[in-house]
Amino acid sequence: MTREEKYELARWAIRHAIDNGADQASVSIYNNSSSRVEVREEQIDRLEKANRNNMRIQLYVDKKYSSHSTNRLTHKEELGKFIAEAIAGTRYLSEDAFRSLPDPDLYYKGGGPDLKTVDVNFDSVDPQQKIDLAFRTEKEVLGKDERIISITATYSDGKNDTVMVTSNGFEGDSGNTFCSLVASVSVKSGDARPQSYWYESDIFHDRLNREGIGRMALERALQKIGQQKIASGTMPMIVENRLAGNTLNPLIQALNGSSIHQKNSFLIDMAGEKIGSDLLTIVDDPFIISGRGSRLFDGEGLATRKRTIIDRGVLKEYYIDTYYGKKLDMAPTSGDTTNLVFNPGNKNLEELIASLDRGILVTGFNGGNSNGSTGDFSYGIEGFLIEHGKRVRPVSEMNITGNFKQVWKDLVAVGNDMYTQSSWRTPSLVFDNIQFSGL
Amino acid sequence: MSKISIIIKRIHMILTRRSFLKTGSAAVAGTMVLPPLLHSCEGIELSPDAKGFLDHFEVNPEMLQKVIAEAMSRGGDYADLFFEHKIANTLALEDGNVNRAFSNVDYGMGVRVLKGDQSGFAYTENISLTDMLDAAKNAASIAADPVTFNQAAILEKLPADYYRISRKWEDTSVEEKVPFVQKINDRVFELDGKVTRVNASLADETAYVLFYNSEGRLTYDYRPLASFRVRCVMEKDGHIESGSSSRSYRKGFEWMSDDLVEEIAREAIDNTNILFGAIKPKAGEMPVVLGAGGSGILLHEAMGHAFEADFNRKNTSIFSDKMGKSIASDFINILEDGTIEHNRGSINIDDEGNDVKKVYLVKDGKLESYIHDRISAGFYGVEPTGNGRRESFRHIPVPRMRCTYMESGPHSKEDIISQVEYGVYVDNFSNGQVNIGAGDFTFFVKSGTLIEKGKLTRTIKDINIIGNGPQALADITMAAGDFKMDNGTWTCGKAGQSVPVTMGLPTVLVKKLTVGGTS
Repeated sequence: MTREEKYELARWAIRHAIDNGADQASVSIYNNSSSRVEVREEQIDRLEKANRNNMRIQLYVDKKYSSHSTNRLTHKEELGKFIAEAIAGTRYLSEDAFRSLPDPDLYYKGGGPDLKTVDVNFDSVDPQQKIDLAFRTEKEVLGKDERIISITATYSDGKNDTVMVTSNGFEGDSGNTFCSLVASVSVKSGDARPQSYWYESDIFHDRLNREGIGRMALERALQKIGQQKIASGTMPMIVENRLAGNTLNPLIQALNGSSIHQKNSFLIDMAGEKIGSDLLTIVDDPFIISGRGSRLFDGEGLATRKRTIIDRGVLKEYYIDTYYGKKLDMAPTSGDTTNLVFNPGNKNLEELIASLDRGILVTGFNGGNSNGSTGDFSYGIEGFLIEHGKRVRPVSEMNITGNFKQVWKDLVAVGNDMYTQSSWRTPSLVFDNIQFSGL
Repeated sequence: MSKISIIIKRIHMILTRRSFLKTGSAAVAGTMVLPPLLHSCEGIELSPDAKGFLDHFEVNPEMLQKVIAEAMSRGGDYADLFFEHKIANTLALEDGNVNRAFSNVDYGMGVRVLKGDQSGFAYTENISLTDMLDAAKNAASIAADPVTFNQAAILEKLPADYYRISRKWEDTSVEEKVPFVQKINDRVFELDGKVTRVNASLADETAYVLFYNSEGRLTYDYRPLASFRVRCVMEKDGHIESGSSSRSYRKGFEWMSDDLVEEIAREAIDNTNILFGAIKPKAGEMPVVLGAGGSGILLHEAMGHAFEADFNRKNTSIFSDKMGKSIASDFINILEDGTIEHNRGSINIDDEGNDVKKVYLVKDGKLESYIHDRISAGFYGVEPTGNGRRESFRHIPVPRMRCTYMESGPHSKEDIISQVEYGVYVDNFSNGQVNIGAGDFTFFVKSGTLIEKGKLTRTIKDINIIGNGPQALADITMAAGDFKMDNGTWTCGKAGQSVPVTMGLPTVLVKKLTVGGTS
């Protein structure tokens, strides 16, 4: 479907919903096309091609709310029946006085900058070139070490395009593209078969970093040979930049309007309070050119803005959407993150490692969870023991346990190695006083 | 990263855009409006059920054969077509009212072509002959030697009948479902004065599946699935705790009853109440007693995934060279079973059209079978076990678990607990994960009890447990006679695909695992 066809269908669906008794409606039509090739032992192991469509319609009927989606978009008669039945079903629900579309004043109204999130040449990349990239990545390490038992290299890419229309005046579209190369290598050492991977991605195919991915995966797998747990104890922890988002996620969840209202947050009533160390400054910036989370409006159509979430450890803003804003009597700020940017420090990862007398560098998380209401957490980890500023041995099969209310206050150093291949731009982070469980 | 597998019991009531509602009237959202085009069945013996499924997808045998011929046109060894129509609905409650509903309709077909153990795959959301032929052409490109395909005769395979229902969810109105969701809210509030928030949801799903392959096998399945969940928040002396409970089965609306409401409501209350005053154990290695039921997560993570033959075929599993060898005490028997009546993990046929079996993975302590899909069964020269599963028509099938459990053993729960000087008893979990090659697995304990000097003492909560699969299996030194199935809403994720599963276990003692805690 072209953009214009999506707009026409969305406008039709809105009209149809209103004609069938809805007071308000919001429609998003989404299309994704993607391809994927996975190679192994110098052969294509999997070749996949996909094209996906979806319509989501949110209905506000007699102060009642429901949301529906379907991929049956080609038969209008059927789609019309789907919408009419959805409206009829909605009438059986209870009223919810807080449900309505956003205040139109808060909508994005056009005129924003080109955020360059789409590769205009996406469709013209030769499929054979994608296959060749996967083979080249495998070849980097093929036969390079006798301990290798399996190498898999995967190229994948995708293009998303969404059009959104609401019955109170919003119309907008957005899109993005991505391509990625990943190598995964398993090596044998005794009974264990440590496996690691390396991943590179970009919005633009011609800017995709395609060198050294296989080699990095092999190196990281070999480094894991001899992994052992060590004695339990309290010591500093460095979390590698690519994984720092895992530690940040429960904090961001706790700032969500729904979590706060449903008492599933350990940061209720903490605006203006110190929740982390002075090193913790996070800005939500939707306008970074070619940022992975860049956007001009959020999932409700609200215009995005650059905002400081945490400033030198002090909580400044929550993530409040229209519905929970009304429930909490707070102004909506948008319920979605865009690009989360950490204030960087001045050391790279090696310098951070060199600064520790004894600690653990975490290079992988393995399961675990946290308690949203209390902030308690416990996660499995693997990585390296650091002694006297150096990696001395690989460790695994250990847990870290603690509480997020304390952990962010124990943030003692921040790296300058921002990970930019994610919408959450995190540097490596150093936390003090982490409880490790091992032997 | 593709080799890390995760299992989650959805505890929080976060409803995503992919959650659902089916609307009120008897008519089905997303049903076909056009009349069926079935015309060319002469000479083929098909049951009325098979014809019904062909009609449902507006296809006929001639079309299936045309698409298969295109899929096989470049020299593939095998091809299959997987048609799926899924209708899903969720009713949810927040702040005392059933005030939101979600629905989703998903429809399409996937074409897979195999050449040796190479796979080509494409799908279409539009089931017309032209679109199917396009998808077949894309999938066929995994092979490169044009040949003439000799069409096999169509052979209908009657599916098993593990989950017959009497009230279809498609025929159940919102009006009929609402009272149960409301009741569970009211009951949870009644049961305990400390309750301040309740979230509840009733999710139902109905999938029509039609399958045809290049060997001529035609089969189909009607898959109902329902999940009922409640989460509550309690406040006591300014302290907040939350807990939940859920049940899920392949059952119809006849499943809903006041007794079910009562069972889930009480369990949620119990699971939350015990958290007040809970402590954390000492950090480090210690004996772990796994309570009967949901502790089956140990089997799922510590061995189940590592037994999946795609990993073993590639030599990347820690169990790759253990077939036929003793890997556990001789009283240990572990099964993988897709045939349990109304079980969330059961399927009447697998997603490659294969018969579904009950298989001993470990028998008398010896590794007896891996978990196979078609490719791996071919690689190992064994019969498929009916474990080829896919999330939807958009995905390639891979070896997946269904219901994984351990049979009862010779010991008693009391004996097991009395053996432990200092350790933990755990029986309520939220999620787990495993690194296949290294064998490290974890599971997260929502709550359990400390064991001191052979006695259960204080409640513990929110700790992760980590171990090594083969080591943990070898370290199971006792198993009780109290086997229990866990019928919660377990969903297993692997290689980006989610499928419903279940698990079960008797009370067992694992000599030592690393437990998260304090110093």
